[in-house]
Amino acid sequence: MSERKKTNIILFSGDYDKVMAAYIIANGAAAYDHDVTIFHTFWGLNTLRKDEKLQPKKSFMEKMFAKMMPRGAENMPLSKMQFLGMGPKMIKKVMKKHNAMPVSDLVDLAKEQDIKLLACTMTMDLLGLKKEELMDDIEYGGVAAYIADGEDGAINLFI
Amino acid sequence: MNIEKTLDAKGLACPMPVVRTKKTIDEIESGQILEVVATDAGSKSDITAWTKSSGHELVDMKEEDGVFYFYIKKA
Repeated sequence: MSERKKTNIILFSGDYDKVMAAYIIANGAAAYDHDVTIFHTFWGLNTLRKDEKLQPKKSFMEKMFAKMMPRGAENMPLSKMQFLGMGPKMIKKVMKKHNAMPVSDLVDLAKEQDIKLLACTMTMDLLGLKKEELMDDIEYGGVAAYIADGEDGAINLFI
Repeated sequence: MNIEKTLDAKGLACPMPVVRTKKTIDEIESGQILEVVATDAGSKSDITAWTKSSGHELVDMKEEDGVFYFYIKKA
């Protein structure tokens, strides 16, 4: 086959619905035989967070951040209609009814399809996220790593 | 038409019909035909666009009572 096209997504948001959109596009692009990279920065990093309570050595501020941020996509709020936590419960019910995949499954599918999951190390430092808190099979990088993939991307998105 | 394989994607929502189609077409040989059965309303344009972009040929397509049937000849 000819040169593979590239799709690059910057995932900045940490809202369940936005992360879902990003991962659906990523998985769709992978089915189109694109090389796909999702660059997780700021709140998007929480998608990669393990859903277990880990206690790496942290400063006071970092501990506060860790407490306030969701551990993994399934614990994220919605960007709209949060309703004090009722929103995500309702949307997941509706998703089940319509056979839409939960975001955690979309993340697994992304790995299965060899989508490159990149974590931005600079924002990891800002938010106090340590490597051991994030999934094991991901890559780390900064703006240059993103640009390297993005400069010849057929599709570049910021979500 | 000689159908080599059938993919039952009924009930699956976006992006699964396309993801599964891609996976399944990798399992057949060039020139063989894959039948995809889907109920997702978006699959009509999704599968058509995917087939075109990936160089395969959509030999035939039909819709019966909200069920879509696609016949894709692998490039």
